[in-house]
Amino acid sequence: MALEIVLRHPAAGIAVLAINGEVDMGSASQLRDQLTPIIASGAGVVVVDLSKVSYMDSSGIATLVEGLQSSMKRGITFRLSDLNSAVLDVFKLARLDSVFKVYDTTEAAVDDQP
Amino acid sequence: MSDVTALDGSVTVTVPSSPKYLRIVRRVLEAYMEDLSLDPAELQHIILAVDEACSNVIKYAYAFDDTKKISVSVSDTTGQLEFTIRDFGKKPDVTSITPRDLDDVRPGGLGTHFIQCVMDEVSYDINNDVGTLLRMSIKYRVAETAEKVD
Repeated sequence: MALEIVLRHPAAGIAVLAINGEVDMGSASQLRDQLTPIIASGAGVVVVDLSKVSYMDSSGIATLVEGLQSSMKRGITFRLSDLNSAVLDVFKLARLDSVFKVYDTTEAAVDDQP
Repeated sequence: MSDVTALDGSVTVTVPSSPKYLRIVRRVLEAYMEDLSLDPAELQHIILAVDEACSNVIKYAYAFDDTKKISVSVSDTTGQLEFTIRDFGKKPDVTSITPRDLDDVRPGGLGTHFIQCVMDEVSYDINNDVGTLLRMSIKYRVAETAEKVD
C-alpha cells in the first residue's frame, strides 16, 4: 500500500516530511524518492514526522540512515519526530535510537535551533 | 494471488514474492496471534522478525523476482509459536548468515539481527531439492491482565 507523504515548510530553510502508513520493503523506495530531493534542495533542517507511521522494518530504517548520512555530508540537520512506541522499539533494537536526533513532537523538532 | 489455509491449529499464508504482499503476511499473523493475548511489544517484534525473513527471501532467494511464491506458516504449541518460511529460490550459504556489527552505522543488513534478537531458535533447512525452509520459534509472553480477580 502506498505511503501518504506530505511536505511542508513551516519556516524558511525547514522542511517537514510527514509520513502516513507502513514503511516496509514495498514502500521504503517511495520514502527515499521523496526524501532525496528534499535533502538535495538545500534545506537547513529536515524533520521526518513519523507520528502516523504504524510500522517500520529494516527497509525503512535503512532509508532514514541514508537520509541522515546524506544530510550530514551536506551540513543539514536531520531529525525524526513523534515516533510511536512500536517504531521507536525498532530503532532501539537496531541501536539507532541514540544515532538519530529524535523529538517527542514535530513542533519541538521544528523549533529546536540547529 | 494470495492463499490462506488453516489446518490443525496452524495457518499458512502463501503470497507472491513481491514486497507489496508483505503487509498481507503481517495482517494474517496479527489475526492469528490476536487471541493469544501476547505482550504488545513482543507481538510487534514477532511480526517484524517474520517480515524481515520474508524480505530476505525476496532479496536473496529470489533476487526481487516477483513471479515466485513465499509460504509462511504459524502454529502455537502450548506457549511456543513456531514459524516456517518456505521459498523455492537460491539456497543461502548458511555459514554466512550472521548479523552485522551494529556499531557500523550504515543502511541495510539489519534483518538478520532483528530475526536473531527476537526469535529463540532459528534454523535453515537447505536439504530440499529446491529452495529453503526457514524455521523460527519463540516462547511467548502473555500480556499482564489489567484487573486481578480476587
